[in-house]
Amino acid sequence: MSASAKPKFAMYWAASCGGCEIAVLNTHEKILDVDANFEVVFWPVAMDAKYKDVEAMPDRSILLTLFNGGIRTTENAELAHLMRQKSQILVAFGSCACEGCIPGLANLSNKQALFDTVYNSPSTTNSQETRPQPETAVPEGTLKIPYFYPVLKTLDQVVDVDYYIPGCPPESHQISAVIDLVIQVVQGKALLPAKGATIGAGESTVCDECPRQRNIKAIKKFTRIQELKVVDPALCLLEQGIPCNGPATRSGCGALCPQAGAQCIGCYGPAAGVIDYGARLMTAFASVIDSTDPQEIDAILDGLVDPAGQFYRFNLASSLLRASRSAWKSQ
Amino acid sequence: MSTEKTTPPSPETEKIGVYVCHCGSNIAGIVDVQEVAEWAGERLKERGVVVARDYKFMCSSLGQELIEKDIQEKGLTRVVVAACSPHLHENTFRTACGRAGLNPYLCELVSIREQVSWVHTDKDAATTKSKAVVSGGVERVIHHEPLEPLVVPIHPTTLVVGGGIAGIQAALEIADAGFPVILVEREPSIGGHMAQFDKTFPTLDCSACILTPRMVSVGSHPNITLLTWSEVTRVDGYVGNFTVTIRKKPRYINTQLCTGCGICQEKCPKKIIDDVYEAGLSYRKAVYTPFPQAVPKYPVIDRENCIFFQKGTCRACEKFCPTNAIDFSQNEEYMTIEAGNIILATGYDLFDPRRVTQYGYGRLANVFTSLEFERLSNSAGPTNGNIVLRDGVTPPAAVGIIHCVGSRDRNYNNYCSVICCMQGLKFAHLVKERTGATVYNFYIDMRTAYKAYDEFYQRVLEEGTLFVRGKVAEVTDAARLPGEDGKLIIQVEDTLAGIQRRIPVDMVILSSGLEPRHDAKQVAQLFGLSCSADGWYIEKHPKLDPVATMTEGIFIAGCVQGPKDIPSSVSQGAAAAARVLGRIQQEHIALEPIRATVDETKCSGCRICNNLCPFNAILFHADRNVSEVNPALCQGCGTCVAACPAGAISGTGFSNEQILAQIEGLLLLNLTPKYTLAAL
Repeated sequence: MSASAKPKFAMYWAASCGGCEIAVLNTHEKILDVDANFEVVFWPVAMDAKYKDVEAMPDRSILLTLFNGGIRTTENAELAHLMRQKSQILVAFGSCACEGCIPGLANLSNKQALFDTVYNSPSTTNSQETRPQPETAVPEGTLKIPYFYPVLKTLDQVVDVDYYIPGCPPESHQISAVIDLVIQVVQGKALLPAKGATIGAGESTVCDECPRQRNIKAIKKFTRIQELKVVDPALCLLEQGIPCNGPATRSGCGALCPQAGAQCIGCYGPAAGVIDYGARLMTAFASVIDSTDPQEIDAILDGLVDPAGQFYRFNLASSLLRASRSAWKSQ
Repeated sequence: MSTEKTTPPSPETEKIGVYVCHCGSNIAGIVDVQEVAEWAGERLKERGVVVARDYKFMCSSLGQELIEKDIQEKGLTRVVVAACSPHLHENTFRTACGRAGLNPYLCELVSIREQVSWVHTDKDAATTKSKAVVSGGVERVIHHEPLEPLVVPIHPTTLVVGGGIAGIQAALEIADAGFPVILVEREPSIGGHMAQFDKTFPTLDCSACILTPRMVSVGSHPNITLLTWSEVTRVDGYVGNFTVTIRKKPRYINTQLCTGCGICQEKCPKKIIDDVYEAGLSYRKAVYTPFPQAVPKYPVIDRENCIFFQKGTCRACEKFCPTNAIDFSQNEEYMTIEAGNIILATGYDLFDPRRVTQYGYGRLANVFTSLEFERLSNSAGPTNGNIVLRDGVTPPAAVGIIHCVGSRDRNYNNYCSVICCMQGLKFAHLVKERTGATVYNFYIDMRTAYKAYDEFYQRVLEEGTLFVRGKVAEVTDAARLPGEDGKLIIQVEDTLAGIQRRIPVDMVILSSGLEPRHDAKQVAQLFGLSCSADGWYIEKHPKLDPVATMTEGIFIAGCVQGPKDIPSSVSQGAAAAARVLGRIQQEHIALEPIRATVDETKCSGCRICNNLCPFNAILFHADRNVSEVNPALCQGCGTCVAACPAGAISGTGFSNEQILAQIEGLLLLNLTPKYTLAAL
């Protein structure tokens, strides 16, 4: 890599699916602006680079690092610390880095159960019950693989984070807006927002961007959308008994799902000011159940068939409890 | 809520005083209060604590002066008192802070009595927990904001719900003092249970003679608006400014024209068993007043039983009414009234003795309820006061009176119904006086507390009533021994004699207990009150505030609060009236400035909160697509704060910062170096 006057850019993926990288590439020709304005020094999905190359860079020599993925293993944690050390601006990019996302749902189970699921599944032949071992002695010496933590952590639970870009994945137009902002900052035309801010998203909730008609809510029945024959195209989904997470979810996506006739599942994370997304949403749903009879209320709640998935699909690792007791205790 | 400080409060900027109360031995008996105070002074120094003391009774004037002196001399900016529940003394300590010039809302009361010493026996653990509780209070108080109370005017009108003796007393006291009262009664007449009695214990004065003058006063009082045959359906607002919706059931009588002459009742061809006033022992007509002395005097037409309403013909009453007062076209009406205070005196239901199947009520003809006996012995009742068996003619030769029916019994109600012993004694006296029959009273314990009650018991003893101490096992008509044929046999263990006895009698009277009204829970919900597990309404303090409730501006009187006799009901009616009058004369009331507010930038108008507010304080602005909380109506209950999915609503005094800081304090995450509870 040649020395360049251009500011340096990096992107890294920890425990994630790769969707965030696709979302960046999905900005189409905007990616050329990145190349024009930055020197890309480290981006495993897009170019070849070694960790030792990053280690060799001076501290704070990278202007901007977009870090996606949660912290699942010691390798993830080491890279989080490394990128923090080498970067001026470290951004938690996407739901996994911000709040744990789908990988964070593993926090409901202990490590043993997770390994059993992966290494003892019906489609796996593993008669010797082999499990990954952090260290394995071979004639040539000791082989090491990263250690698997019992609990998945979000990026800011491990290192100091400057900004958050939510979304699973972040919408491309929001990524483009952030790229534009950073370029303007580099050119001295704009100021960075306050540290700790959520960028590339709105401050209120998905309802703000949702065109559906909203009335006073009184819910007699929760129904999964796939079980309904008719969904009113103009009426608030929650009022139709479809458990839509829009009221607690941060705006910024443009209410894509509700506009397409599907309920919001909450991928943009909690709205500004919401501390525990799932708890907020649970009290909100419970508040609009239209019954005072305990048995009827139980029956209505039975319509929420997967409470953990409904309320904590994206944010379990960043919730107040973060993980189940057995996960915390497993080693 | 303005604050002059530009930087948010922190342990560095604040000077916090911690005061740990012994509460005599209430707290100090379990918690090492001195150690808690020393620990707070030492370990919480870096969290802003500048002084920590323990004292025998913090609520005493000496204890309060301790706080005031420290505020003035040490310049305290926050105060934490570790003592009893905020229900009891929050106001005491806030006022003390206010006297010393500190905003009262910068004081936090944490409970180490109700939540620690009273619920633990392990002294070390209780002391450790107290430290954590104090630590939580210190972290929380840092985030308190100085607040000013909201002052609102008090509407001078009082709503009294329930026209029994307690409600009547309350209404008259307030009206006599010159303030307007609206009295709502769901039956056609006021009077309540007392109007059904013949004699009252222990003086045996005639119930009607002492009650009806009061009823007449209510009916004719210029300050009382009497709404009978009416029910409250909705209560909005808050202390000083309630808006109440009342449903007036149609009487089908034009009360402007009716003179109460009674011709309609005479001419009505339809007879119905009177289950309410006559306890099923007599008939009334489809158009009726419950009893001759009813107030108001106007009858009502019972739509369910009226031939015209059911079959479309008849109209006998209409034909004969001399003033054309019958009006079949009436519909139910809803009216809205404004009231500053509300007194609930909705009374009780009699325990239904059918539930005690072994006593045979409803199966054995000559088993009577206490209310049936009241009607039987009433000189204006169905038998003109003759005490006779169900056949209506035969006087009994032997009568058994069973106490504690449905009371003091795990199968029904654990509580003592208070009046049943005296009621049973009164029945014994009346039976003796009128029939000369042999009378047995079966009791578990004789409870004759209060003035002249025990003297009455002795009088009944001297009159020759026989007392058997024991809980009756069974009343049966299955004769087994000679002399039992055709009799009701009372099977009982005589616990004084230590033997099983079978006592044949002709008549059994069940001295039933009192129960909360069947709809007590719904009514409580309507008015925002809480019920005990038994269903009686909960007073603000069982000893010191028996007629107030936890809902400001709503008072309770009489049996709605728990079983009681007539003198106690009257006292409570008067007491509630005195409380209300005190309020009205103040003209204004200072309300807690604990309110919810909506951050409009965060509100997306999802409308989840819109239907939740018990005080109807939430407005939705369709034009701006946001919801707003009206601070004049908000009572700070926090329902909407909890429900808001966007976190756009916050409650003063219960902000996220305050609650999370308190949790961190409780978990001792505020200490450096980090300590765990076990290491304390």
